[in-house]
Amino acid sequence: MAKFSKKRGKASPEVSTASLPDIIFMLLFFFMVVTVLRDSELKITVAVPKATELTKLEEKSLVNYIYIGRPTKQYQAVYGTKPRIQLGDKFAVVEEIPLFLEQHKIKVNEAKRSRITSSLRVDGEVTMGIVQDVKTQLRKANQLKINYSAGKRTEEL
Amino acid sequence: MKNEINAGSMADIAFLLLIFFLVTTTIVQDKGILVKLPPWSDEPPEITQLKTRNVFSVLVNGQDQLLVRGEPMQISDLREKTKEFIINPANAPDMSESPKNAIISLKNDRGTSYDAYLAVYNELKGAYAELWDDLSNQRYGEPYTDEMPFAQRKAIRNEIPFILSEAEPTSFSEENTE
Repeated sequence: MAKFSKKRGKASPEVSTASLPDIIFMLLFFFMVVTVLRDSELKITVAVPKATELTKLEEKSLVNYIYIGRPTKQYQAVYGTKPRIQLGDKFAVVEEIPLFLEQHKIKVNEAKRSRITSSLRVDGEVTMGIVQDVKTQLRKANQLKINYSAGKRTEEL
Repeated sequence: MKNEINAGSMADIAFLLLIFFLVTTTIVQDKGILVKLPPWSDEPPEITQLKTRNVFSVLVNGQDQLLVRGEPMQISDLREKTKEFIINPANAPDMSESPKNAIISLKNDRGTSYDAYLAVYNELKGAYAELWDDLSNQRYGEPYTDEMPFAQRKAIRNEIPFILSEAEPTSFSEENTE
């Protein structure tokens, strides 16, 4: 016991704050990484259907997203309630898809270009007409690997 | 001053935590039904006469109702009926000659809801997935997965190829408007 009291008697040891910058940087890096990967802001409502035969999309950099759905409340005054296509973070028409695909393609390593997948995030309520137009456009642009985005369904049909 | 806590290793701990978080955080993964579209050609497709017994036609109308080989059907029965058609265990004269000859023909309307379309597509794909599983279990004693050796997967895919042909949709029903 004598040893302990002896120690306590000396100058009070303070917790070093030298590593505080490191911790702050760590948090900063963490949030930076997370925010970069966040999806573009949706201007339409997309509730993807549920399915059972799902495949995971591996490399995010090889995926481009095409959203189809009805504009959200704040955009309905301008764009109406008809289902619309969103590419990146803006509304688009079917004819803009080839350019969008090309813009994504040039950012991808040439060797990996054949593995580019288009992920179609389509609201379940949307009718197939607009989806069909998008599919036709994708075929014309020779972007044949597509993925119908869906959630996991557990219950029986 | 000798009593100060050594802060030298704090940076290491911080980095350890950083790496830990980077590895464990799973950013919501995108999952879905992977589909390969047929290439576009401007010429009209060749008309190939197929034996009707080898074609499993699935029609989805604007009211999301199913018509399978001329008969209305509930979507819950589609998977079993598809499997039966492909394998044809009883050698029925009106079902596919062999799994290699079986062709699924899917046609929808422009007014079909995406929900219904994807549900149908899911069932058709599911039917094949179950057949692959069965065959794989029989041959290699394990279910069909993407981790299997390529040769084994290819052998199974050759035995029961997934042939789904999608026709240009009809436009009888109204699409989503305002």
